[in-house]
Amino acid sequence: MRYIPNSPEERAEMLKVLGLSSSEELFRSIPEDIRLKRPLKITEPLSEPEVIALMENLASRNSASQRISFLGAGVYSHYSPTIVDYLIQRSEFFTAYTPYQPEVSQGTLQYIFEFQTLVCQLTGMEVANASMYDGSTAMAEAVLMAQRITRRQKVLLAKTVHPEYIEVLRTYTKYTDTEIDFIDFDEETGLIKRDDLSQLSEQTACLVVQSPNFFGIIENLQGLAEEAHSVGALFVVVVTEAISFGLLKTPGEFGADIVVAEAQSFGIPMSFGGPHLGLFATREKFVRQMPGRLAGIAYDKHGNRGFVLTLATREQHIRREKATSNICTNQSLMALAATIYLETMGRRGLQEVAFQNVQKAAYAKRKIKELEGYSIPYSGYTFNEFVVRVPGSAEEILEKLRSEYSIIGGLALSRYFPEMKSDFLICVTETNTKEQIDNLVHCLKELR
Amino acid sequence: MSIKKVRQHPTQNEPLIFERSQKGRIGYRLPKLDVEETNLDSVIPEDFRRSDDLEGFPEVSEVDVVRHFTRMSTWNYSIDLGMYPLGSCTMKYNSRLNEKVARIPGFTNLHPLAPEEEAQGALELMYRLQQDLAEITGLPGVSLQPAAGAQGEMTGILLIRAFLDKRDGQASRNRRVMLIPDSAHGTNPASAQMAGFTVKTVKSTSEGLTDIEHLKQLCSEGGIAGLMLTNPNTVGIFEKNIKEICKIIHDVGGLVYMDGANMNALVGVARPGDMGVDVIHLNLHKTFSTPHGGGGPGSGPCCCSAELEPFLPVPRIVKEGDKFKLDFNRPNSIGRVKAFYGNFGMMIRALSYIYTHGAEGLKEATEAAVLNARYIAHHLANAFEKPFNSDCMHEVVLSHKKQARKGVHTIDIAKRLIDYGFHPMTIYFPLIVDGAMLIEPTESVGKQDLDAFIDAMKSIAKEAEENPQIVIDAPHTTRIGRLDEATAARKPVLRWKPDMETMTKTA
Amino acid sequence: MNIPENLRYSRDHEWLLLDDDVATIGITDYAQKSLGDIVYVELPKIGEKFNAHEPCGSVESVKAISEIFTPITGEVIEINEHLNDSPELVNTDPYGKAWMVKLKIRNPDEVNSLMTAAEYEEYLKNTT
Repeated sequence: MRYIPNSPEERAEMLKVLGLSSSEELFRSIPEDIRLKRPLKITEPLSEPEVIALMENLASRNSASQRISFLGAGVYSHYSPTIVDYLIQRSEFFTAYTPYQPEVSQGTLQYIFEFQTLVCQLTGMEVANASMYDGSTAMAEAVLMAQRITRRQKVLLAKTVHPEYIEVLRTYTKYTDTEIDFIDFDEETGLIKRDDLSQLSEQTACLVVQSPNFFGIIENLQGLAEEAHSVGALFVVVVTEAISFGLLKTPGEFGADIVVAEAQSFGIPMSFGGPHLGLFATREKFVRQMPGRLAGIAYDKHGNRGFVLTLATREQHIRREKATSNICTNQSLMALAATIYLETMGRRGLQEVAFQNVQKAAYAKRKIKELEGYSIPYSGYTFNEFVVRVPGSAEEILEKLRSEYSIIGGLALSRYFPEMKSDFLICVTETNTKEQIDNLVHCLKELR
Repeated sequence: MSIKKVRQHPTQNEPLIFERSQKGRIGYRLPKLDVEETNLDSVIPEDFRRSDDLEGFPEVSEVDVVRHFTRMSTWNYSIDLGMYPLGSCTMKYNSRLNEKVARIPGFTNLHPLAPEEEAQGALELMYRLQQDLAEITGLPGVSLQPAAGAQGEMTGILLIRAFLDKRDGQASRNRRVMLIPDSAHGTNPASAQMAGFTVKTVKSTSEGLTDIEHLKQLCSEGGIAGLMLTNPNTVGIFEKNIKEICKIIHDVGGLVYMDGANMNALVGVARPGDMGVDVIHLNLHKTFSTPHGGGGPGSGPCCCSAELEPFLPVPRIVKEGDKFKLDFNRPNSIGRVKAFYGNFGMMIRALSYIYTHGAEGLKEATEAAVLNARYIAHHLANAFEKPFNSDCMHEVVLSHKKQARKGVHTIDIAKRLIDYGFHPMTIYFPLIVDGAMLIEPTESVGKQDLDAFIDAMKSIAKEAEENPQIVIDAPHTTRIGRLDEATAARKPVLRWKPDMETMTKTA
Repeated sequence: MNIPENLRYSRDHEWLLLDDDVATIGITDYAQKSLGDIVYVELPKIGEKFNAHEPCGSVESVKAISEIFTPITGEVIEINEHLNDSPELVNTDPYGKAWMVKLKIRNPDEVNSLMTAAEYEEYLKNTT
């Protein structure tokens, strides 16, 4: 087997040194009745060309990957600079281990430190960790952290948080004393109903709001931190479209205590849902309660500056059952990809991408609004996603768009909200051209 | 031992990107905006927009970025460079073929919410991987959703909790104790706690195996939900009494979870399902060679018995006729542990790994991995204290007892190993061994490199006797010496700020 | 190993000094040695009440963390704020400058169940 350096002859030699006559003897400590006495019922070895052909065949049956698409809802299509994928494939980055031995891991540690800094700048927060698995698990961890800090169990959650994120939170808190209450949204604006904030109480650990929310609406975060703090609760903000950090006022400025986000938009492929990248940022006073890995500055005895993983005692391998989380891996290579993306796009590029997203989505919204029979049900401001209401069934119209025009027009909201039969969520990014948008509008007109 | 390397580059000390940033530099160009511009204030009013113009964000050219990261990368050790003898991590070769197929646009450009009919290739890939992992573990229920080992473990424990609640109803409230060996990995008790269990520790024998008598005694105390164990255990020894252990737990109504971190000793040789284990998690980034990437991403599938299958995370990937579907109709499911379906990119790589090896290659890899570890154990058993006599499987644990007499401890040995060109082994784990050094070469190391490692370790043992200070002060040949982690933890500096002192000294 | 005569000791390696109905507690020399360089100390709030052997805070080093248990029942009346800025005092002066919490106690009798210096020395010999 070509990945195994030692030839059968070399292995036989080594067995002799150990006083064994066959490989089977290596396993003599495994009782006979447990030993597998037949080969595994899986394929025989395939050569490279065969594996490639097989995989390409599978890939070719993912026709959605080639369609013009307006899908968003937590995973987004964005340009990724060519150098991102090249640089992350450097051996020293992608075949490296977790930087527990800093002397031989300064490359990894330095980019994590840069990543943490960039996340702070984008979110307006004081400290950020080395990443979480994704936005959904980052949100669950944020709630657990708020519960630890406040020693309270209740969570007040906006209904307009991504439905899958809510599901993950439910699973994470299933066997604890957590109680989740919801803030409803206004049918006209798509914004959360401020009246529902009256549910905040002395038992609330945190108030959780997503902005832009699942319907694409930018929430007015003004005053929410103060409301939460008035009952001693923390204010958690969730962001699923990280490009929005390039243009929108930061959650930090609005007084957020914890900000979590999905950063797949930063140069990471959609890849059918993973691996993606969770961001987690908070205030310095909470840093010891923050889950995940952290890189910090340290000096050697000659005064040379370096980086180390620090505050490791919060992690599972030291605190064990008292750990702030059971998380072990982070998403290091994805964090590297995002860091390279952000540094390449830079101060100007990121703002420009955000600006183009807003403009193209605004254009699409305007054109669709002009169509008879179609409407934009929510009046709130949007970033690059918005809801469209169709005459009749959204599922049917989207299906026809796909089968007759080969366009994936968006996401039928009935997938998560069965009662919303006429609505679908459309996302327009810098990757959608004017031609594609015009064509979509034209087809929608034909399908009415 | 001093080798001149050809690796000078202009700045030995690549500064932080913020220290390189120069106003006005740009690294990318977007296509020009092709739609009619709408007045921004009417789309998103000023109050909602940031007003800092991303102050402090880096401004560099594409060339700056390439040089920055290329230079930084040279400070990292990596599998491509040499062996990582890290016990419990299984640092095997990360095949480039896996990287190639993972990047096929039909995979990378696929949105998870795309219509199922248009994602059949992806769904089939996941289904095939599920089948193969079920065959490898002997456990038919598979979920690929957990994003990493720790999540897979959490999923496994949640399954146990959900199952017991359903089976025992109210009485399940009296079953909240999870037994964990004293040699366990730190994620184990943390995961148990997330499922609402309390933890009781099971002692190990002097041979590092589960103390059956103590296990029986703890079971007799009642309230047992289950046992979490690793097999081979965290000192690399196979739990030969595994069947009896599972029976003891099952007899008191509990379930057995196995941490699959050490599967590299078992694939093709023995299956957890055949041992009586109810649920296991796998680490695709260990046993199945998906790259560590400096700390992630991983993937931690959860495999379970038919009994536990209804509780697996939703959605399940199922086959109906010749179509593959997402099945959301799972009323007993514990729910979702992550948005969407898991780290699909890592699944592609793992399946490619399985196909490249085939049944015979997988078994060969297991044999080679165990052989390599046994070989190291054999050659280092004199120079170092080897606390356990039993055959080690794919990893061996040594202790610093002999060297500690001269004031040389595990940390020093680890750091000195760097001077010999190796990444250190796992240190101070498991906790039951004083000054533990856990060594796992994996199958990806050839005899010459194994011999070089053995020679290095023997040399360090000799140095510890004759010249301990050189070990205590190691490493000597790296760009940066041992860092003051205490100060870093007392006064943490976790981000760059404009007023920070720039690089003061060059290494 | 430093084990002052005039103090009492718990199985969890805390020391206690009793003065009327006020008990001062901290962690022992053995504890600080085991933990290594101390980086952070988490102390309870003034007014908090604890039963004997309840966790009231924690001591963190680079590689480990340990809970502080109140050896006896009492109410927190004072905490050592110096440990915020100088956690390393726990290493250099565990019985003096690194006292951690002062408790107003109810049952002076509880002190009798704690070990004397000699008993603690014996205890250390047996367990380590």
